[in-house]
Amino acid sequence: MSSIVTPDVWSSARQFTQARIALGRSGVSLPTREVLNFSLAHAQARDAVHLPLDVLTLHTELSARGFPVHTVSSAAVDRATYLRRPDWGRKLSDTSRTLLAANAPDRPPEYVFVVADGLSSLAAEHAMPLLEALRPLLPELDKSPIVIATQARVALGDEIGHLLGARQIVMMIGERPGLSSPNSLGLYLTHDPKPGLSDANRNCISNVRPEGLSYTEAAHKLAWLMAGARKLGRSGVDLKDESGSALPPVETVALG
Amino acid sequence: MTFSYTVGARRHVFADLKTLLAKASPARSGDMLAGVAAATEEERMAARLALADVPLTHFLNEAVVPYEIDDVTRLIIDSHDTQAFAVISSLTVGEFRDWLLADSTDAATLSSLAPGLTPEMVAAVSKLMRNQDLILIASKCSVITRFRTTVGLPGRMSVRLQPNHPTDDAKGVAASILDGLLYGSGDAMIGINPATDNLVAIGKLLHLIDDLRRRYEVPMQSCVLTHVTNTIQAIEQGMPVDLVFQSIAGTEITNKSFGINLSMLGEACDAARSLKRGTVGNNVMYFETGQGSALSANGHHGVDQQTLETRAYAVARKFDPFLVNTVVGFIGPEYLYDGKQIIRAGLEDHFCGKLLGLPMGCDICYTNHAEADQDDMDNLLTLLGTAGINFIMGIPGADDIMLNYQSTSFHDALYLRRVLGKRRAPEFEEWLERMGITNTRGELIAQREDTQPLLGLAAGF
Repeated sequence: MSSIVTPDVWSSARQFTQARIALGRSGVSLPTREVLNFSLAHAQARDAVHLPLDVLTLHTELSARGFPVHTVSSAAVDRATYLRRPDWGRKLSDTSRTLLAANAPDRPPEYVFVVADGLSSLAAEHAMPLLEALRPLLPELDKSPIVIATQARVALGDEIGHLLGARQIVMMIGERPGLSSPNSLGLYLTHDPKPGLSDANRNCISNVRPEGLSYTEAAHKLAWLMAGARKLGRSGVDLKDESGSALPPVETVALG
Repeated sequence: MTFSYTVGARRHVFADLKTLLAKASPARSGDMLAGVAAATEEERMAARLALADVPLTHFLNEAVVPYEIDDVTRLIIDSHDTQAFAVISSLTVGEFRDWLLADSTDAATLSSLAPGLTPEMVAAVSKLMRNQDLILIASKCSVITRFRTTVGLPGRMSVRLQPNHPTDDAKGVAASILDGLLYGSGDAMIGINPATDNLVAIGKLLHLIDDLRRRYEVPMQSCVLTHVTNTIQAIEQGMPVDLVFQSIAGTEITNKSFGINLSMLGEACDAARSLKRGTVGNNVMYFETGQGSALSANGHHGVDQQTLETRAYAVARKFDPFLVNTVVGFIGPEYLYDGKQIIRAGLEDHFCGKLLGLPMGCDICYTNHAEADQDDMDNLLTLLGTAGINFIMGIPGADDIMLNYQSTSFHDALYLRRVLGKRRAPEFEEWLERMGITNTRGELIAQREDTQPLLGLAAGF
């Protein structure tokens, strides 16, 4: 192989970036190995988008830890519709709306967490460890309902929170997958959630995954924002993230 | 004014020009999302047949977005050159297609016609065209721009090197620049999408590229893609700004959602020109556009996304840009669903921009939730190369690790040069040869660590 492929003598520069540099070439084209590596990464990202969220397992795990769990879906009936109609992914199906309205707790919960598929069902794997990291920081978490939502966009959380009478809603949702990050989780906080709010009313923490923002760091930031929003009486652009760091800074890019 | 066309026993009626244009558009998810697309395939064809009979002069009398409420419409109407328009003023949209394809219509004719065209006329005629028409006519257009390199000369194609890094790490960015230059890319510009809008961080990136350019005497230009108001500040603070970036759109509301207006763009353009940093010319603006942005900003006024995209080019042409880039597949499947829709949109945007006299390039790209893959990008790349595109993107391995989408790579540019015989900008071509990166035929030379001066850059990391 090596005599056919022209190698790049600057491959040591790879230690400075995850970008696909110094790949070498076959004539002017990508070497076979690189073509296949790229396609594998794309296949994983495609799976992240299209594999259905494993609702049953998630439900079982959450229930086993004592959380009251509800399962809902958006008005987008399947993945193809979901991708074409983001507006339908932002509102509940009629069945789900009825279900949540019937299950609203007598005492309005301080916060409700939603685990949603979004654009990457694989990202939901981070929900449980993140909730564990949040337990010591949020005293009422154990009593808070958890909602599992499918075919969901970020704004779906606002309707869910409104129906359950929650003071705050946290949407834990799969982000648009990249080739090197198919399972990145995003967190969106809305204080006083109700339908019709915009991105300007929310605060976002993105790239939650072991290779990105760690569970501990994300939990710290989120708890800080939740307390800040409670104090300010609103979330969104007026609430600046000044949480600082719970841990000493770590190298965010350490591959090579 | 209403339009109609009768097919057998069915009469299809279209309430006004914008409805006619929307229903005549090739199918795409964004127009369906906006609720403006044709309901049936027959209705789509009836709209095209009705559109073919509309006189071009009608476009000067019926605006798709009202003149009173939109500064882009005012710009289009107020700057229309009736003398340039005279040569086609008696034609219908259908006849205009035939005229564009005629053997006698050449590059010089098209270039003198450009100021006489409105975006809506151009969008309209594109809706009657097959992909091959979009390619053939665009290939007749010649739009040449200059800063430190000359882009758009016949038989040539340039590359914007995009060395993005998730944390703007200087060594990470430099590593990707090095990779691109050694692959013969970067003659359109080196353009970084920064992870932050912080002015100090932006200054560091601008200096990084400028130091490299001067150290190795590279004929190239740079851009850090931050909001136009930040770039104006960067210029005021004496940072080495070559090109000014801004995303633009085809309606006032959408531009407002981007935090810009026309006078702001004019101010930035004047500021950058006053620096006189170009060596072979002084085209200083770099614009990005993309179908769907107006709907996304609730600023579409019931107009289809391709017509609105073409209106963005009216904004661009006011400022004699160095490069205009349609970022075709970045916005997602709710606007362009699959490879077929992305390919069609890329060809339309390139054609419409070129006909309006713009130096069009294309970020041939897709996201992972679109029904597209690298094969679709290969197709669009080859088609746009054939259509004579001014520049494409060069991203290491086609994988942008900061923006999380896939585009075209340095290898892809080499492929296109090989199959179509496309050369680089002459100034850059000469530099590559002098540096021993390419031979006299523009082909890459296998590098050795001890002889390639650019590798001194890597040694300094």
